[in-house]
Amino acid sequence: MNRLTLFIPLLVCLALGAFLYSSLDSDPQELPSALIGKPFPEFSLPDLNDAERQRNPSDFRGDDGKGRVVLVNVWATWCYACRIEHHFLNILAEQGVAIVGLNYKDDRAMAQDWLTNRGNPYLFSIFDAEGTLGIDLGVYGAPETYLLDAEGVIRHRRVGVVDQRVWDEEFHALYQQLTDDADAR
Amino acid sequence: MLAKRVSLRIFLRAAIACLALGTSSLFAGVDVVDFSDESLRPRYQQLVEELRCPKCQNQNLADSNSAISQDLRRQVQQLLEKGLSDDEIKAYLTSRYSDFILYRPDVNKNTWALWGAPVVLLLLGLFLLRRMSSKTSQPIVPTVTSNERDQERLRKLLGDDKGDVQQ
Repeated sequence: MNRLTLFIPLLVCLALGAFLYSSLDSDPQELPSALIGKPFPEFSLPDLNDAERQRNPSDFRGDDGKGRVVLVNVWATWCYACRIEHHFLNILAEQGVAIVGLNYKDDRAMAQDWLTNRGNPYLFSIFDAEGTLGIDLGVYGAPETYLLDAEGVIRHRRVGVVDQRVWDEEFHALYQQLTDDADAR
Repeated sequence: MLAKRVSLRIFLRAAIACLALGTSSLFAGVDVVDFSDESLRPRYQQLVEELRCPKCQNQNLADSNSAISQDLRRQVQQLLEKGLSDDEIKAYLTSRYSDFILYRPDVNKNTWALWGAPVVLLLLGLFLLRRMSSKTSQPIVPTVTSNERDQERLRKLLGDDKGDVQQ
């Protein structure tokens, strides 16, 4: 027998070790998103601040109807991490990023108070009391943030807090590119 | 003696009652689901046991009490009432939550390794087993290489300088 075959167990162990080591960084809480590259699901839900007003995906396009790059941020007052995230969303909104809120399974009055007290980074907030749009989006926890291109197609999804680091690493380049694409049209 | 027996009986009854209460409190965690057609219930039960809670690590929808699992159980119930087939319900959920939600995902480019690995490992194991057994089944022919000096030492060690050890 070739003596080199004696090294096979060592090689197998090294390969396994490398695989397991690389898996250390992966987050088991993170699901592969099924909606990347697909249009934002259809919905018709009331506005958080104006219960009479129904919101639907056409509201993402803006008043001129041209279409714009939009962040959709899933938030709720019961969500502790949203507190941490909120400050950064205010900063983003000040920089001119269009953010739409999806108030997820929340109490309307408490949510309105939250925006009054902490500042409102959202163009508007969709009030999804039953979490029906949440299910259509595959939301399984708040906060979650979706980046939509000017056509209303979901291009990126982040489960968990978006802060400066996450924005720089995951969103900024793509956001810039999508905005440039939208302007070029 | 009689008193002892009675107290034992009471003890056993109490123990059985405790066990019965214990199991009933387990079921209390599961919400009551009403179906228009009772034949949907076994399908519902099967689905919530086979679908995985997206928020929790390694719990199915049936076992999990998280808010998202409650919502998804309700969703499954509503879809069943709407008359969707099991496969349609699974497709509905995977289009939103990806294959993660299935405990038994279909074979596709992400899961072929998962499905294929046991078969490959089994075949590999059988192959190695065969090779090893074919080797050991060969008769072992000891190669005795001994010279005069070894024989001498052996005789001395055995303390027997008359007989011939090698026979």
